[in-house]
Amino acid sequence: MKPISALFMALPGSVAQGLIWGILAIGVYITYKILDFADLTVDGTLGTGGAVAVVLIINGCPVPLALVCAFFAGCLAGLATGLLNTALGIPAILAGILTQLALYSVNLDIMGQANTAINVDKYPLVVSLRYIPSTIVKGALFVAIIIAILYWFFGTEYGFTIRATGCNPNMARAQGINTKKSTVIALVISNGLVGLAGGLLAQYQGNSDVNMGRGAIVIGLAAVIIGEVLGELILGKHLNFVGRLAFTAVGAIIYYVVIQIVLWLGLSTQNTKLFSAIVVAIFLAVPYLRKNAKNSFKSAAKKGVVKDA
Amino acid sequence: MLELNNVKKTFNLGTINEKKALTGVSLTLDEGDFVTIIGGNGAGKSTTLNAIAGVWPIDYGSIIINGVNVTGLSEHRRAAFLGRVFQDPMTGTAATMEIQENLALAARRGQSRSLKWGISRKEKAHYRELLKTLDLGLEDRMTSKVGLLSGGQRQALTLLMATLRSPKLLLLDEHTAALDPKTAAKVLEISDKIIADNHLTAMMVTHNMNDAIVHGNRLIMMNDGKIIYDVKGEEKKKLTVDDLLKKFEEVSGSSLNNDRMLLG
Repeated sequence: MKPISALFMALPGSVAQGLIWGILAIGVYITYKILDFADLTVDGTLGTGGAVAVVLIINGCPVPLALVCAFFAGCLAGLATGLLNTALGIPAILAGILTQLALYSVNLDIMGQANTAINVDKYPLVVSLRYIPSTIVKGALFVAIIIAILYWFFGTEYGFTIRATGCNPNMARAQGINTKKSTVIALVISNGLVGLAGGLLAQYQGNSDVNMGRGAIVIGLAAVIIGEVLGELILGKHLNFVGRLAFTAVGAIIYYVVIQIVLWLGLSTQNTKLFSAIVVAIFLAVPYLRKNAKNSFKSAAKKGVVKDA
Repeated sequence: MLELNNVKKTFNLGTINEKKALTGVSLTLDEGDFVTIIGGNGAGKSTTLNAIAGVWPIDYGSIIINGVNVTGLSEHRRAAFLGRVFQDPMTGTAATMEIQENLALAARRGQSRSLKWGISRKEKAHYRELLKTLDLGLEDRMTSKVGLLSGGQRQALTLLMATLRSPKLLLLDEHTAALDPKTAAKVLEISDKIIADNHLTAMMVTHNMNDAIVHGNRLIMMNDGKIIYDVKGEEKKKLTVDDLLKKFEEVSGSSLNNDRMLLG
């Protein structure tokens, strides 16, 4: 085992990385939790955001503008999945998988190669693993601004229609809401955020890779679920919408801290995805198993023992 | 107010499950009519309401609400004219949203929605007053999630939402069938009051013959996707359950062997 100081040295990096992934996780929260749509586009969108940002910056585009473009590129990916689902009737999961697959080619086309490096010494990047403290501050700022905007948006008449669509589409239509439209809009916003996260992540790691989004949805879900469990544990009934979004970002940070710890304990990097899948499976299973423990045929049989008269 | 002209609908056409659900329904409602609809299972009662609401397109005929031909309009666009309450209390409300947020959604039915705040302070005061009229204590739980309410409370809230923007037509689809008798009576009482206070035109599907006689000014009976009996005014008031049973046998040539209707 490596000395514990090595772990402490690595933790700030995990926090920085976690904050960037927190933006992706907030995007996943919008589709998975609010819209009730398991959107697998995310794995492709993260790479698209990274590719767009890096290629634009290398070609002389100002970094903030490149990030805006990464956001809109993500929006387009969401639009594609949304239209596949609502206009062409393709089931949600399949629609996401199709877009994700298509994006792999698109991302290669954008970069013209599988990996494009970007050097923080040559370009004025917003975040970088070479400057972790400043990355943490800026990452936190991004997260805070995004949460503020989403808090406002989901409190508007328009935001209400998306929440109603996710909760009860029959009711939404009976109240005059075009559920197809609100589904598409939610997917566009969600993937926009994922694209932005991709743009930041590529800068942070100093390159955009066509495989950088592989398994991103699982990490996003892990963050959402860890955040939810933790938020309910700490705030209980007082966990409001802002709290839920904030805890989603916290969930992403915790995820990366935990990954750092298991790496320190000796897990090889090639096994991190296996580990992620197991963590998410456990967190998804716990609520179900806990409910079952309280309310199962087995426990009913134990409690209800009556001797034959 | 409402005109149904020879409306027909067949489900699963050309398959072994083919079901002629509506075989030519024609009906004209005057403003302020409160119609109760009875009939056996599969008679086409709920299907008629769903046809009006636009849950799916009809095969033949036309539907005109308040002079507007809505036959080609999708469900969410017709919502501007309609208030709907469903049999399942879960269907009419958004469980994860607050009571006041559900009302705010309903208050914007048929209007374009913008990036304005989803619910204003003035509205909240208005909703509190409206909820008081239900006499269920909901006015003190406006920020509670609707999922925490009982079935009866949810139906009462759905009723309020359906009538918040006076609809041209209120569609009640067995909206008390899933409730216990006491709660059902309370929800029916609220329905009557709201319909009378707002002079609404309404259609109520029910399995309870007695309710069908007591409520509303007009009664229609359906069988095999058609209206087989239509009675209103004084004549309706004098009806008894026995009359209805006899009428059914006379018109349909079979007896109404539905325990739920007889006992209800």
